Amino acid sequence: MKTIGLFRFLPALTSFSIAFFIIFSPALKAQAPDDSLSTTSPDALAVSIAPPTSLVVFDYKYDDGEALELTWVPSVDDLPVVGKVTGYELYRSDNGGEFYKITELIPGSNNFRDEDLSTGVNYVYYIVALSADARAASVKTEAIQTHREWLNFNLKYLFLIALIISASVIYFIETARRGKKLFVRKIAGLEAVDDAIGQATEMGRSILFIPGINDMDEVQTLAAITILGRVSRVVADYDTKIHMPVSRSLVMTAARETIKASYMAAGRPDAYSDDMVHYVTDEQFGYVAAVDAIMVREKPATIFLLGSFFAESLILAETGNSVGAIQIAGTARPAQLPFFIAACDFTLIGEELFAASAYLSGEPKQLGSLKGQDVGKALAMLVILIAVILATISEIRPLETVRYVLDFLIQVFTIKT
Amino acid sequence: MKRNVPLAITFIVGAVLIFSVFIPPMENWGEDFTLFFDIIAVFAFFLGGGNLLRVHLTKLSRRKQDWPYSIVTIMGFLLMLAAGLFRIGNPGDINASLTEQGSLFQTIYDSVFVPLGSTMYALLAFFVASASYRAFRAKNREATILLVAAFIILLGRTPLGTIVTGWVPESFSILQIPNLAIWIMNSPNLAGQRAIMIGIGLGVVSMSLRLILGIERTYLGGDDK
Repeated sequence: MKTIGLFRFLPALTSFSIAFFIIFSPALKAQAPDDSLSTTSPDALAVSIAPPTSLVVFDYKYDDGEALELTWVPSVDDLPVVGKVTGYELYRSDNGGEFYKITELIPGSNNFRDEDLSTGVNYVYYIVALSADARAASVKTEAIQTHREWLNFNLKYLFLIALIISASVIYFIETARRGKKLFVRKIAGLEAVDDAIGQATEMGRSILFIPGINDMDEVQTLAAITILGRVSRVVADYDTKIHMPVSRSLVMTAARETIKASYMAAGRPDAYSDDMVHYVTDEQFGYVAAVDAIMVREKPATIFLLGSFFAESLILAETGNSVGAIQIAGTARPAQLPFFIAACDFTLIGEELFAASAYLSGEPKQLGSLKGQDVGKALAMLVILIAVILATISEIRPLETVRYVLDFLIQVFTIKT
Repeated sequence: MKRNVPLAITFIVGAVLIFSVFIPPMENWGEDFTLFFDIIAVFAFFLGGGNLLRVHLTKLSRRKQDWPYSIVTIMGFLLMLAAGLFRIGNPGDINASLTEQGSLFQTIYDSVFVPLGSTMYALLAFFVASASYRAFRAKNREATILLVAAFIILLGRTPLGTIVTGWVPESFSILQIPNLAIWIMNSPNLAGQRAIMIGIGLGVVSMSLRLILGIERTYLGGDDK
């Protein structure tokens, strides 16, 4: 009886529902967020999946006016594993023109940086969620233009730190130039350079100089070439033979010029030969095989391994060790340092490689630049000490001021791009 | 003139590369200068190849020591050059990719060069053993600390480390060898590496300034002229 009664009211209930929907749907539409399912986009035909919402576009800060940043809330059907969304397509219109696809994105994406744009162009975007059989588009964004910034304020703290360190380096160079004596600690590896070359001269054997396996755009190779200038000057004075197989053509050219200039400065241009420096191969292990063979055949008395090294560092250093050569190594690659320390007689650790040329020259203005570095080290030590103390305090007793200062320090020393 | 021109180029390029980091409109300049380097490096390939041929042909013609090896070098160089330039055995035409499977170039690379390279790399295993043996001899206090640390890390990375100290209660879990190994790597080792990295960063700044300001001129053959 009850069921029959319900059926009797069903048509009336349906009619009432329809009437309610018709009356209140405009209000419902007005209350819905602007970025709900859109009917304005060309792709807003299928509705079997929900579209992405809250599509926002804004200018990418501190660039040359080449990028816009987009963020959105992924479709509610974009769920891990069970989600229906298979990906997204992002569309753009330039200056009111036709919309065209600029990229495809994987499920779960919620941001994109549109690069290589131009200033003065109005850009409008919308994004489409895709499923196996449907597409659902978001609303279009407002037209936006990119803006060019003249200074990258993201890097203001980096600029400040670089300025302090550079200023201190220049200050100490000027101080040294005015004649003030500066103390620089002894570096054992560099003190041994003259002795090592002297020993090769006495034994009548050659010196092998390996400048790493990187090209001239690597600062370690530059450091090696500057040391080569000092070494080859002593070699020219002692009339010792120097042999330098290289893995980069540009390094070969630069090394030849450096050695030639040293021989000329020593007053012995006739003793210089282009064959002192020769190209082997760019290939890492091909180069290692050639250098190992030179070591085994020529048995050099002294080997310099200075520059940028990778997996070949230990192979070269151990072969050099096996032929009984005095080895002076140096690199700024922390991963290779233990190998050199284990296999070589002297190792220039990191910064010592860059300090070598200044140290060997003994010129006050060059030594002054080393003192400038010390200001940077003092600054680093001070900040580390303060940060450690503050972090410890904030762990023991969470104080807002301490946390604020700590966060500020983290912000200063975190490089944002 | 011979000295001033390179010094001016160094100053301008160095300054532009520094400012391009902080001034967005100059970003592309930095990239352009890097491109110039790549272009110069491409032309330098000819210099390298030419030098290789000259050195070994001279060695061969004068019958210098170990001259037969020079024959192998020259033959290898010319064979690979011809195989690449003329796409010998390449399933595609002359415009096909150099590394097309089945081409003579790729076949020689895969069958000769890669195994030879791997052989050289494999030598590292033996050299690590011999270098470790020398480094870990407990000659003094530092070497002894190194030996102990290395032993803990070696043991901590193997199941034996877990077995040996698995009985240590959780409240003293730091004394379990695997945890001790992790602590050594994450605390003293990482602190040391970061100290070296800070030193390297400062060293690079100092050296770059010396080069840009023309104080370091060794690469031009000294500064006495």
